[in-house]
Amino acid sequence: MKYSEPLSRILIISGVLLVLAVPFAAQAIGAQGVIEIHARVAESGGWTPSTIRAKVGVPLHLRMTSDDVMHSFAIGQSDTPAVDVLPGQMTDVTLTFDKPGTYTYYCTRWCGPNHWRMRGTIEVTGGDSASPPPGTPPLYVTLNLDIDAAHPAAVIPVGIPEAQRGAQFADLLTTTVMSLDYYRSHSPAHAFEDLRVDPSLTSLNNSDLWDLIAYLWQSNSTPEGLAEGQRLFAQNCTACHGETGGGNGVFSANIKALAGKTPANFSDPTTMLGAAPALLQGKILRGGMGTGMPSWGPILTDQQTWNIISYLYTFQFNENSAAAGK
Amino acid sequence: MHYELTRFPLVKALLKNRWPQMLVWLVMLAGFLFAILSGFFGTPVGNRNFGIVFVWIAWWAVLILVAVPFFGRGWCSVCPIPLPGEWLQRGAIMNPPGNKPKWYNLRWPNKLRNIWLQNLTFTLVALFSSVILTTPKVTAIVLAAMIFLAIGMSMVFERRTFCRYICPVSGFIGLYAQAAPLELRVKDKQVCLTCKDKPCYNGSPAGYGCPWDVFPGGLTKNTYCGLCMECLRTCPYENIAVNTRPFSDDLAKPSTRMDEAFKAFIMLGAAMIYAGEFLGPWGSLKLAAYSVGSISWFGYLVAFLVFIFGLLPALFLGAVWIGNKLSQATAALKKSFTAFATSLVPLGLMFWVAFSLSFVLTNAAYIFSSLSDPFGWGWNLFGTAAIPWQPILTTILLPLQTLALAGGLLWTASTARKAGSEVKVSPVPVIVFSTAATVAMLGLLL
Repeated sequence: MKYSEPLSRILIISGVLLVLAVPFAAQAIGAQGVIEIHARVAESGGWTPSTIRAKVGVPLHLRMTSDDVMHSFAIGQSDTPAVDVLPGQMTDVTLTFDKPGTYTYYCTRWCGPNHWRMRGTIEVTGGDSASPPPGTPPLYVTLNLDIDAAHPAAVIPVGIPEAQRGAQFADLLTTTVMSLDYYRSHSPAHAFEDLRVDPSLTSLNNSDLWDLIAYLWQSNSTPEGLAEGQRLFAQNCTACHGETGGGNGVFSANIKALAGKTPANFSDPTTMLGAAPALLQGKILRGGMGTGMPSWGPILTDQQTWNIISYLYTFQFNENSAAAGK
Repeated sequence: MHYELTRFPLVKALLKNRWPQMLVWLVMLAGFLFAILSGFFGTPVGNRNFGIVFVWIAWWAVLILVAVPFFGRGWCSVCPIPLPGEWLQRGAIMNPPGNKPKWYNLRWPNKLRNIWLQNLTFTLVALFSSVILTTPKVTAIVLAAMIFLAIGMSMVFERRTFCRYICPVSGFIGLYAQAAPLELRVKDKQVCLTCKDKPCYNGSPAGYGCPWDVFPGGLTKNTYCGLCMECLRTCPYENIAVNTRPFSDDLAKPSTRMDEAFKAFIMLGAAMIYAGEFLGPWGSLKLAAYSVGSISWFGYLVAFLVFIFGLLPALFLGAVWIGNKLSQATAALKKSFTAFATSLVPLGLMFWVAFSLSFVLTNAAYIFSSLSDPFGWGWNLFGTAAIPWQPILTTILLPLQTLALAGGLLWTASTARKAGSEVKVSPVPVIVFSTAATVAMLGLLL
């Protein structure tokens, strides 16, 4: 009994100190050399931290958790597979960069109306100290296109053009028209106007000509490219633009409330057939246009962007994906 | 069928000795602090945070499904909240009390010697429950506020005024403890009458005067006895006993207090509202309850208060009034009202059991993951961090709930009959009221 009081005091004080100190000490030891990233919906702050520094060739250990809903971590223009970031659970990822530069990491799960704002950057330095060679400016810049200007098609087809039917007139096309450069720099409506005045195509009626243009667009894509375009569209675009490209995705109402405009409607021939692939490239890469459209430049590779664009035209043309590229 | 447990020397020794209680206290205090810490510093995701999972799932399950129905205020005897304040108040943890009070040692005001404040604190917690129960930081703030308030009150007032008059949990535990098959009572009241110093109330070198401000010699019901065992230690005549007894023994003598009557309505109504809010399909109701400060939340607040403090008591009063008329009773309506409100104790308890079964069995799997990773920091202390969420025993959930509700109704009907015979009023309308409430609750749970 003599020692009861001091012993109980020691027990209580040491118990309290133990509870207070041990978790933090253990966490500090375990977290050495690891960067902890918290993911929250964009309205609550997005990624924290949103800027990470790394060195070329030095493994970057990331420990990620979500503070609200499920997110996913991916690095733009990279083959690294996306990893899910689950609420209240830690996901460890180790990355090693072999080139210096600024990389964008982003969320691939539709976590909220401002999902696309969930982005951060990884600044990688070291390695080859020489500055990376300047990249080629994108086509829409080279062509000096005003991507914010309205681009209604002067002429639109009566029905849905059939690429397969248009294939029978393929021999009538010149190599210039069949080139990738022509395809990317011309809208279908512009191509229609060009070909309508071509003396070698006077035998074709307007419907035949639209079928030929559908064939021309199909021949500038590949089955693999269209498949990737479809996958990327489903992953990144459908929430706003809708599964059928009608601008009526699940978040379209939110976009309307935020930006005052509904997302672009790819099933509308007037706007879609008036848009050249290069123009769509500009819209995708830069984003904006006062519509809440994200900038996909840091996320998509050049080829991924073109593949999405090829897929977008399938909302206007009946293309045979198996025959694409032929 | 009373059976004295303290007749066993081992039981008596374990209860009388301070060390077993102290060791349980120590574990509880550590868990309590850990819950606060995890709330403040752990993941904000509720189902992965120790604070939320262990307080609102594990502790709540033990409290409402086991502790209260079988041990009454058993939880109060090991609750860690009064421990730090009491240490300050007494200047000691284990040593006998000194003669000189360490702090102000004021008496609690007479006008507040009831459970209205507890009714208020419980209602406040209930109104914010959607946020408290799901947001670790808010849970931590509430727990920290409780312990700091208990410390502050221990320094200003005598005994455990926080537990007795403020604690939102203590109020309903006291109410439902009347139904428990366990009690602390004196063996022979005559001994107490002739006891000169009354050390059970005033304290002695053997222990402290009743922290709950109760004279054990006058105990007739469990409501305000915290089972702290001080009187067992101080009684020089070994006149204190801990007994088992039939369920609901205290309810045979109906209450005459309006604060206790309203506690019964608060508990009954809150269980029904929660069943609709947490288990029902009404998303807008959940959103309104969660959006504290919004217009819809104010709507929820008004509906909550009107249902609990207006509609339920009014319907009940109507039932009692009809009973009075049927019996041509001479008893005052108020007396009948408070007496019959006592019969709502088993019904409310079983409503809470049925409601709690639902979310406890649904969410119990989170206990394993948060045990291994209490802060959501990626730990795996016991290798259970990755155990996926899965509801358990769902096949027997509904039968269990139905059984609980049906049992509660029968129990209430039997209690109402006893209350009716005390005040000479027909219990039939009250039984009809209870049946309607039970059917409504069953509908909400289905």
